[in-house]
Amino acid sequence: MTEQTLVPERLSGPGGRGSPGAPEGPDRLKLTGYAFLQVLLAVPTLLFFLVSVIGGVLAVAWVGLAMLFVAIPASRWIANRHRAIASRILGTPVPAEYRRPAEGAHLVDRTLTWARDPMTWRDLAWALVSLTVGFTISLLTVLLLVVVVTGALWWYGVEPIMRCRARIDLALLSYGHAERLEQRVQVLTETRASTVDHSAAELRRIERDLHDGAQARLVAVGMSLGLAETLFESDPEQARVLIGDARATASAALRELRSVVRGIHPPVLADRGVGGAVEALALDLALPVTVTQELAGRPPAPVESAVYFAIAECLANVGKHAGAEHAWVELQHHDGRLVAVVGDDGHGGADPNGGTGMRGVMRRLAAFDGTMAVSSPDRGPTLITLEVPCALSSPRTTPS
Amino acid sequence: MRLVLAEDHALLRDGLIRILQAGGFEIIAAVDNAPELDQALADPAAEAAVLDVRLYPSFTDEGLRAAVTARERRPGFPVMVLSQYVEHLYARELLASGDGAIGYLLKDRVSDVAEFVDGVRRVIAGGTVIDPEVIASIMAKRPEEPVDRLTAREAEVLALMAEGRSNAAIAAALFVTEKAVAKHTNSIFTKLDLPVDIDDNRRVRAVLAWLRV
Repeated sequence: MTEQTLVPERLSGPGGRGSPGAPEGPDRLKLTGYAFLQVLLAVPTLLFFLVSVIGGVLAVAWVGLAMLFVAIPASRWIANRHRAIASRILGTPVPAEYRRPAEGAHLVDRTLTWARDPMTWRDLAWALVSLTVGFTISLLTVLLLVVVVTGALWWYGVEPIMRCRARIDLALLSYGHAERLEQRVQVLTETRASTVDHSAAELRRIERDLHDGAQARLVAVGMSLGLAETLFESDPEQARVLIGDARATASAALRELRSVVRGIHPPVLADRGVGGAVEALALDLALPVTVTQELAGRPPAPVESAVYFAIAECLANVGKHAGAEHAWVELQHHDGRLVAVVGDDGHGGADPNGGTGMRGVMRRLAAFDGTMAVSSPDRGPTLITLEVPCALSSPRTTPS
Repeated sequence: MRLVLAEDHALLRDGLIRILQAGGFEIIAAVDNAPELDQALADPAAEAAVLDVRLYPSFTDEGLRAAVTARERRPGFPVMVLSQYVEHLYARELLASGDGAIGYLLKDRVSDVAEFVDGVRRVIAGGTVIDPEVIASIMAKRPEEPVDRLTAREAEVLALMAEGRSNAAIAAALFVTEKAVAKHTNSIFTKLDLPVDIDDNRRVRAVLAWLRV
């Protein structure tokens, strides 16, 4: 797979995110301005539409590819302007959901990503409609104002007309209900498969830890005690040494069991939630870690656990690779999302795809529709942002 | 008696070496991984082996496979297999690798040092020593097999036989005379259709018939 489906960039109007259905859209003059802009944009739309089509036909030859490399980004830019306008008029976000080619993808791979992206084809269809129906609508709006006699028509008509145009653009330039559901099913299938893999690997790890750790030590305790028993009469001094060994091994077995339990579900996580558990974790690290948390309640237990282990993995990486003097963890909850930021003042250059640990973290978060973003320029600082949509339960009020 | 020992956990390897040496065995090789185990088993000086099931590199069933291979190369090569858990399936594979001289025990049994050392001796003498846990799991099943024809007492005798005990030992364990045990064993052999001529192996065959159910 060369293409990655990523979180869509949001192109939203002023009243877009946060306040959908904002009552007042732009005023009449502004709407007419948009219409004028759309009329002007019709020219490059036509141009790049033709170049795209011809380039697509000639794509087998290099010249066709070259044409596509100009026309597709340009068409997308134009489409994005229309998305922004539609978003302002309708007061709802119209995201530009293009698939991004993989980092450093080959020219042909990039072209294939474009060709496989349904949005590319939607753009082309939109170009046709916008050059005919859309163009007519926008031109009409402008003419109504320019020809003074129709001023009254303009006064009352501009808003419904432009809303109509915006709705047409919205319908073509963003995915429909069925397509969104299809994409959702795709994502869910992938994350479910990786969650199952992840849990199987975890169970195997726990089995291995128990088998090689506590279980083996308990067998050793039995062996030492057994030998001591046989030596009791003949060599009491040696028997005493063996019993001492057995006692030491028994405490080691207990330590192993505790560490296995901590690896499954740390008791402090159960007691204090993710904030407390991260604070406890920070105390155990050699590196000074500042933990700030503003959580009014507790996220659901599975989310709490996933986020805790994600933070633990991030902090472990900071300790191992970052060469940092200080690290910090911020936990917040807003807009229905639990956001955890793990930062350090190390030398940067962290690669999220570098280790199995981080991939495990991403897979575990993905099961909850969570995301991980890494910002790690050379010479730092490194910031890892983990986000998981979830609700907080009100803080427990257990009698103590 | 020269033994090869394979156990990946250092602590347990040391313990086993001490126990086996105290029991009068000579350890000619103590290894913690499958490739070295193969080499050690290829040494003609090795007279028997005590093996852990899980070994480096894959930590699955290297020891078990090494035991089966060694017994293919040298039929009747005595092997005692130790494991932290026992599986009926593995017991069957080990038993199928030849008549007798095979042991399969939980590692916990090693703590009864005298019993364990005795078990190793019984395996080297050509006996079969199967962990009571495996035997219990077979007891718990109720298949329609020739062994079903055994009376409760005969089943008990057979279970003790599977642990590699002699008639005298079985008699002691069940508080009956050796003669009574001999009567039970003969009855077992008849019910399991085991012919008389290969008397030496009949005990092992009876155990096999029972374990394969």
